Order: sequence, then C-alpha cells, then structure tokens
Amino acid sequence: MIVAERKPIEEIIEEAKGFDRILVAGCNECVTVCEAGGKKEVGVLASALRMYFMNQGREVKVDEVTLERQCDHEYLEEIRNIIDNYDAVISLACGVGVQFMAEKYFHKPILPGVNTVFMGATEERGVWSERCQGCGKCILAKTGGICPVSRCAKRLFNGPCGGSSQGKCEISDELPCAWQLIVDRLKELGRLDEYEEIMPIKDWSTDRAGGPRKVVREDVRQ
Amino acid sequence: MRLRYPGSIRIVRVPCTGKVDIIHILRAFEKGADGVYVVGCMEGDCRFNRGNLRARKRVEEARRILEIIGIEGDRVRMFNLSSGEGPKFAQYAVEMTEKIQGLGPNPIRAKARRKAA
Repeated sequence: MIVAERKPIEEIIEEAKGFDRILVAGCNECVTVCEAGGKKEVGVLASALRMYFMNQGREVKVDEVTLERQCDHEYLEEIRNIIDNYDAVISLACGVGVQFMAEKYFHKPILPGVNTVFMGATEERGVWSERCQGCGKCILAKTGGICPVSRCAKRLFNGPCGGSSQGKCEISDELPCAWQLIVDRLKELGRLDEYEEIMPIKDWSTDRAGGPRKVVREDVRQ
Repeated sequence: MRLRYPGSIRIVRVPCTGKVDIIHILRAFEKGADGVYVVGCMEGDCRFNRGNLRARKRVEEARRILEIIGIEGDRVRMFNLSSGEGPKFAQYAVEMTEKIQGLGPNPIRAKARRKAA
C-alpha cells in the first residue's frame, strides 16, 4: 500500500486559515490502513480545526466526508454536488488522490493533509516500512524475493558494499543490509548459485529517470 | 460506602478504557465539556491485556492536539485504579474538578456564548 504520515495540525491550520468553508476528505484505502487519512483521522482533524477556529472567534464550517478512493473518477464524482458548498478541500488521501481531485475540481483549492512517503507494508500496528520503489522492472525473482532497489541504500545489484556489517547497513544499525537478507533467503531456498550470476546493468528508463510514467492497456481500455 | 463526589461530573460508561478514542475526547470538548478524564484499571491489570495502555496513549495524543489548538492540555487526564477503590474514585473526581475549576470554563464554549450574546 501507499504509506503516508499525518501532517502536523499546525501546518494544516496555516494552509487552511484563509477559508471559511472547508471540507475534510478522507480516503478508505491505503491511508486508512496506515492510519493517516481514513474516516477516523478525518474526524479528529475536522474536530480539531472546528475547535481551533471557534477558539479564534471565527465561524468556520468544517465538514467531513470519506470517499472509497480518491484515485478513481467514480468515487471523486460523489462530491460533485457538494463541493461548491466549500471554499477549499483538505484531502487526507495520498499525493495521488490530492492531485486527482485537484484535476477534477480545477476551480477549487485542494490542500494536502498528509505527507505521502512510500510504498510499503505494515510490519506491526504503528510500524510501516518501505518495500517497493516502482522501478518498473521487477527483479524479485532473481533476488530471493527481497528488493535491492528499495531496501539497499545504494540500490546495488551484485552483492553488498563494504558498509555491510553484521547484517546491518552502514547508514543505520537498525537497517538490515538488503544483500544480507537476499543471501540468507537464497541459502534457505537452496538457490545460492543465483547469487553468483552477475546481473547486467539495470535499465533505469522504466524508473523515474525516464520521466513521469504511464501504463496503457489496450485490451482493457474503453 | 455512599461516598460523595462532585455532581458536575457526567460518567460515560465504556466496556474498557481501550474503547475510548481520541475523537471521543475531542468531541466532548467540542460539545462544551470543561475537562475530560479517563479512569481505567491499574496498569498491568487490564482484562483485555492492553486496553488501559492504549487509552493512556490516546489521552496523551488528545492532550497534544488540544495544546496545538489553544486549549489547555491539563483539561484531559488519565487515572488508574482498581474496582475496589471507591474512595480513590471519589478523590480523583474531586482532584480533577478542582483542577478544572482552576482553569476556568472551556475557552471555546465561553467564546461561543459571548458571540451569541
């Protein structure tokens, strides 16, 4: 899923204080799971904003809505009838949702309520870590299911660097060396010979290096 | 025991303090409560293992949010006692009431009233 973090309330207040009618819009997908922008977080932020403005002696309308997704037309359409009741929307969706809403409602200021950080997994409740960088050319079959692009600080492809020490990366004692994990897993799978194969230079054109990306599938396209 | 505690307190019963969420605390303030305190079981004695520890974290988070929006964080607090400690329940009620009386009314309710008048 896409992992996001709540923005500090002070920052959101700063961005939103010029408006009199605000809609706080959550998203039921990834940001709900990482507890940054779901219905619950919408409730807390909206309540905090209402109280802040009341305390300032201002009458500001702050309403709440949580959409199934903010990265699809059909769900974003659900607010078309109400969006003109507001001067601005604070979207608690990931950066994708914020931008898609801004494209759809071109005349309306859409403010981000979270910082989108990475694609990752829930290690345990309250702990999320990165697993994929969307490089566009998956090599997990060759690396024991562990990704050196997202999990090695240097994105190395042929074994660890000299900074790997006792299974940890030199940038942090808490960060496992991706190549240590890869070797351990290949050993477990009895496929250590794959480690010996030299990987060719990676084609980074499918990564961000090739500019913003797009997927078009003619077989499903309407 | 027939102990007395301040009549200004409204008790909201929950199955476990682990049920209390930040939004419940914030809504209470939004609706005009002057203070909110959560009374849970002794730490380590939760029937559901960690309910009261979760509640403590949420109380702390609510406190942090209140401070940011300009409401004294001291208006929200967590207490722990065992179910056999009636006198302590009454004592905490008095303690909290005195604390809140010292802080005065909920600032947003006071402002809303001034505006209406």
